Amino acid sequence: MLDITHVYWLCGVYLAYIAVQTLRDRQHGKRWSTAAFWALLAAAFAFGDAIAPMAMGAMVLVIAGLAGFGGVGSGNYRSATPAQREAKAAVLGNRLFIPALLIPAITLIGVLFLKNIDIGGTPLISARQTTVICLGIACLGAFLAALKLTGERLPAAIHASRGILDAIGWAVLLPLLLAMLGAMFNKAGIGDLVADLLTRSLPLQQAWVAVLAYGLGMVLFTMVMGNAFAAFPVMTLGIGLPILVARHGADPAPLAAIGMLTGYCGTLLTPMAANFNIVPVALLELKDQNAVIKAQVMTALPLIACNLILIYWLALP
Amino acid sequence: MNYWPLLGVLVVIIGFMRRWNPVLVVVAAALVAGAAAGMSPARILTEIGEGFSRNRYLLIIILTLPVLGALERAGLREHAQNWIAGRKSVTPGRLMTLYLALRQAASAIGLTSLGGQAQTVRPLLAPMAEGAAQAKHGRIGPETRARLRAMSAATDNVGLFFGEDIFIAFGAVLLIQGIYAENGIVMEPLHVALWGIPTALLAFAIHAFRLRRFDQALAKAIADENARGDDGHA
Repeated sequence: MLDITHVYWLCGVYLAYIAVQTLRDRQHGKRWSTAAFWALLAAAFAFGDAIAPMAMGAMVLVIAGLAGFGGVGSGNYRSATPAQREAKAAVLGNRLFIPALLIPAITLIGVLFLKNIDIGGTPLISARQTTVICLGIACLGAFLAALKLTGERLPAAIHASRGILDAIGWAVLLPLLLAMLGAMFNKAGIGDLVADLLTRSLPLQQAWVAVLAYGLGMVLFTMVMGNAFAAFPVMTLGIGLPILVARHGADPAPLAAIGMLTGYCGTLLTPMAANFNIVPVALLELKDQNAVIKAQVMTALPLIACNLILIYWLALP
Repeated sequence: MNYWPLLGVLVVIIGFMRRWNPVLVVVAAALVAGAAAGMSPARILTEIGEGFSRNRYLLIIILTLPVLGALERAGLREHAQNWIAGRKSVTPGRLMTLYLALRQAASAIGLTSLGGQAQTVRPLLAPMAEGAAQAKHGRIGPETRARLRAMSAATDNVGLFFGEDIFIAFGAVLLIQGIYAENGIVMEPLHVALWGIPTALLAFAIHAFRLRRFDQALAKAIADENARGDDGHA
């Protein structure tokens, strides 16, 4: 049966291939450190379950060091010229959209149907993280279709993707490291401390102060942590349940749902949410690191205000 | 109470303000928080290693890149631009509004991976937005191009964030339910998810309104940029 480990192996093989191509790219500005970065990441992916957690921790520090101190550079990706691309696009036309659309299509089919298939009693796809597994299968399928359709050779396609990976560079690690930081903060008891400080320093007996503290706390803590999931338990167990629900009689369901979405507004505002705000800067070749965040500010701020009003209006009696 | 672990938060905030490399800031914050909470170096390394391994799934999006690599070599982005340029009634703002609606609707029924910065924004939405702007306004300069791309990325994020929370099996809803259950409040996921709808509608209204304004501002920005004599290669 297929489970998430197989998808990790696939990632490992892909990243190892990237590392080898980097090593052989003599025009690469930071050939050795970039190759080391992708190779270590490949090993962390493929053998993540076999490596002892402590050794893995040391490896993560090395990988993060390589990324953080500018070890990932750019090289020669043997790109096609604009004329070559135009010519090929003219021949292939709308068929070019097919492999791109195959990724969501296969994922969808996988999630809906493949998970119900079992062979001799064992399911074909593990019930845990089914969507991620199906996405992995979909990418493989779409890649084969793309190679067949375009007639590109495998190394050339991987070279092109290596250009995108090198451009993303350190940002590729950030979502993972932030999840790790969230777990670490949890173990260090930071949630309780923040809640403790807030309840001591603010006049939370006023309902509107409590609503503001809860909503803006969600926004700020989300900005620090890079995602609302890390902020939610802190603010909800610190202010939401003890103050708003217990003291002011708030309805927990709208409080939590709208509170979480207030945190999402914070996600729109922070570079720590790298996969949403920084990775696209690299993907779209933008010069300004904060270009995506700037485009989101005027959606996020009015929405925060609306959410605070909604909490006050819908959650409080 | 031991307040020292808060130093970890302080590290993040200072790093954030001083614009240090986020990767280093996050690792430093983890080390500081762990040490301040009295963990041994071995324990800190173990926590970091476990936290990393457990969350590897966050990175599997890199598997979409080879597909993009092959298609972009064959001119996918150029084709997306030309394809939309043939549809005269499509403006960048209208295109993005349509995308926003589709992205929100798809996310709300759990199909979050139908789109994404790597899957749809880079290969399709951003080139199409540029194509639509070119068809309407002629030549566009690098500043306008950057604004179109950034707004495309922003639209994908808004659509995803304020759609997925309505989906009952989505992580956020399950997280809420789980935390409440631990504290003695039992509720159905659907009950939580439905309360996400007002914010989802407001998010659509606010962002769609901004996209309308974006269309209007675009004509002026392009005229200004061309008047300054940007040749598109700056």
